[in-house]
Amino acid sequence: MSQPRVLLAGNPNAGKTTLFNRLTGSSARVGNYPGVTVECSAGTLRCDDTLSVTLMDLPGTYSLSARSPEERVAVDAMFASGEAAPAAIVVVVDALALTRNLYLALQIMETGLPVIIALNMMDAARDAGLAIDSDLLSAGLGVPVIPISATRREGLPELRAQLARTLHAGGAAGEVPVVRYPGAVEAAVATVTPAIAAFKPDASPQAARALALWALLSLGDDELVAIPSALRDAAASARARAEESATDLDQAVIAARYAFLEEVVESAVTRPSAQRRTFTDKLDALLLHRVSGFVVFATVMYVVFEALFSWSEPMVGVIEGGVVSAQDMVNAALPPGALRELLKDGVIAGVGNVIVFVPQIAMLFLMLGFLEDSGYLARVAFLIDRVMARVGLHGKAFVPLLSGFACAVPAVMATRTIESRRDRIATMLALPLMSCSARLPVYVLVIATIFSGEERVAGVFSPGALVLFTMYLVSTLATLGAAAVLRRTVLKGPRPALVLELPPYRRPEWRTLLRSTWERVRSFLVDAGTIILAISIVLWALLTYPKSEEVHARYEAQRSELASVADESERASRLEQLDAAEAGEQIRKSAAGRVGLAIEPVLQPLGFDWRIGVGIIGAFAAREVFVSTLATVFGISAGDEDATPVREALANASHTDGRKLMTPLAGLSLMLFFVFACQCMSTIAVVKRESGSWKWPMLMFGYMTTLAYVVSLAVYQLGSAFGWGLG
Amino acid sequence: MAPTLPVEQLDSVPVGRSATVVSVACDRATARRLMELGLLPGTRVDVVRVAPMGCPLELRVRDSALSIRRVEAARVAVQLLPEAAPVRPAVSPSVGHAAR
Ligand SMILES: Nc1nc2c(ncn2[C@@H]2O[C@H](COP(=O)(O)OP(=O)(O)O)[C@@H](O)[C@H]2O)c(=O)[nH]1
Ligand SMILES: [Mg+2]
Repeated sequence: MSQPRVLLAGNPNAGKTTLFNRLTGSSARVGNYPGVTVECSAGTLRCDDTLSVTLMDLPGTYSLSARSPEERVAVDAMFASGEAAPAAIVVVVDALALTRNLYLALQIMETGLPVIIALNMMDAARDAGLAIDSDLLSAGLGVPVIPISATRREGLPELRAQLARTLHAGGAAGEVPVVRYPGAVEAAVATVTPAIAAFKPDASPQAARALALWALLSLGDDELVAIPSALRDAAASARARAEESATDLDQAVIAARYAFLEEVVESAVTRPSAQRRTFTDKLDALLLHRVSGFVVFATVMYVVFEALFSWSEPMVGVIEGGVVSAQDMVNAALPPGALRELLKDGVIAGVGNVIVFVPQIAMLFLMLGFLEDSGYLARVAFLIDRVMARVGLHGKAFVPLLSGFACAVPAVMATRTIESRRDRIATMLALPLMSCSARLPVYVLVIATIFSGEERVAGVFSPGALVLFTMYLVSTLATLGAAAVLRRTVLKGPRPALVLELPPYRRPEWRTLLRSTWERVRSFLVDAGTIILAISIVLWALLTYPKSEEVHARYEAQRSELASVADESERASRLEQLDAAEAGEQIRKSAAGRVGLAIEPVLQPLGFDWRIGVGIIGAFAAREVFVSTLATVFGISAGDEDATPVREALANASHTDGRKLMTPLAGLSLMLFFVFACQCMSTIAVVKRESGSWKWPMLMFGYMTTLAYVVSLAVYQLGSAFGWGLG
Repeated sequence: MAPTLPVEQLDSVPVGRSATVVSVACDRATARRLMELGLLPGTRVDVVRVAPMGCPLELRVRDSALSIRRVEAARVAVQLLPEAAPVRPAVSPSVGHAAR
């Protein structure tokens, strides 16, 4: 049975998410609109005993006019045909900014679709001394207006009852508000209306008129696709005609709508005689102040960072422990063989690779949701926009970039708060250059290998700390540089203006926060998780197969010799050494080992050999895996907690011609390679998920790998030419 | 308001003062966005504050706080209102009909 569809529309921060959750309870599911990466939640709403509807959440927007495919989602949902055609539209309106919120409602009413206005935030309006006569408002607009407070659940039964009445009335279109447009606008509408048939053939005459107005406002400088050329031509010629008579059509249409709304609002709203300083005004005086504002800003950002970096650590530990015990269980339950290895090292380890991100994602989205719903995120953008604008990014890119220091995966997901697609993708493609926490074990290993720890520069600084600091500095500069370059090249476009609303401060609701956080986690597990799992298994297979029977037979022979060793623990440790040594020889024969050997000539100019190459291939699963892969390559039994044996092996390793492998110069080159290279399948998977196509992650992988190669090459070659660091 | 008041750019209005919009001459997309948010010729706008680093500005337009950068503000022509004007009038001065 298919239920009637009802759409929920509204300005950002009008309380749409809160109302949606209240009305649909636990039935909500999140999906994507076809073709675009715009999310849409849908859930079941029971109006009365006989009537249930599917409530669909439209993206929060100030108007229906559209320049990009994402902004067009609302219009397409309203004019969907057949099953998907909406039976009614509920517009959530913030009572505290009534006229501006009604602008969107008016645009929707003009289509002739049945509209119900949910006048939200009535509690806050009362507190502010604002009296709104909803009957007068309803009479003036010609649609039902139901005063509600979504957080306090006030007016929700009335809203349900009204929806039932509207739908039982057969969805008969309400009166269409009579906005008096000037003659030039009417002439333009008359020119464009006939062309609407080619765009939305099912549109009623009323809807065609509304769509003609939509086309006049939207077309011209847009990036919309699948707009019939007849419609484009008609809109262009109407605009040209209006220009001849010196009429700005955009302004004429918008001003006529506001004039209509002002008259209605004026009749229905009584304002307090004296304006009080609101809570938001007082708090902003503190939070946007040039001193206290930055103190709070720095504190908040520090908390976000700390939570990502350290608070999630215990949970990550639990997950890693769980993976190990699951592997032990499989080990005990199955006989040795290919199946056991596949389950243990391929599947379970791969699942571990996915869920290990969950604590950080949950942590970041809880905090981001809090910042966004409270209204502070907009203030963050306000405070820091000056800096971000320099590299062509939006002020809202700051939190994702900062999160990139912890992990690119949640950080990429956090770019959703940025509305403009270009800004969002530029941020997403640049932020994996931020030095994430998974790079740290690599830096630490290399630094410990090339420096003794006792040396000091200028008496106080240890060279290791200086090098580490330099890596973070280089990565930050590279991120900002990459963003600037991306915005001027592949993502070039009109610099979108910052038009940012600073909403009143409001108390976020835990339920809403937890729910949207869970949605983020779920969509990560489902969409990006499957890709990560698949790549994990492929990588494991590459590092494991083919196996050499000859090598295996040789080690088996040595193992059987051990049977004569009497001492139990002595035998166990000898066996372990043999296992590690065999793994070291086997990895050389594996596909990854062969690739490592094959690309050695390409790596040698950077100061690497095939073993480092195999480590880099393994690190694609996650950068810190570099350390354990190297352990395997060197035939060391992998001690996860202690990297000392790897460090010693690395320090003693030499090239085939006897030169030392890890000179300080080669170490520097290796660290820089890790700063720049996109050595992380999870980042790639999540960028695919968030950008909606493989094109962007491929571009990211391409530019980062090229950058890594060129920088390491330049450093190693210049360094060698000047003769430093060869010792 | 007296028609003799000089026209200036929104970014030169001092913090704490109010002005009436005369024209919005940004690029089309930005102008449309600003107008749809209610910043139309005839609308009253209060300049609330400037961000600590000098950009962007915070404006109050029709009961909501909007922030725009200086470059955009420089393309919005306004008439400064006398200092005595009450902060936030009951209803912003009527828009008047657009295509005059
Ligand atoms: N005082 C008050 N706050 C509300 C009401 N409805 C929502 N909010 C708060 O307003 C903020 C934005 O709400 P949200 O549902 O996220 O708005 P959306 O952006 O339209 O989805 C949140 O902090 C909510 O808790 C209401 O009726 N009264
Ligand atoms: Mg929301």
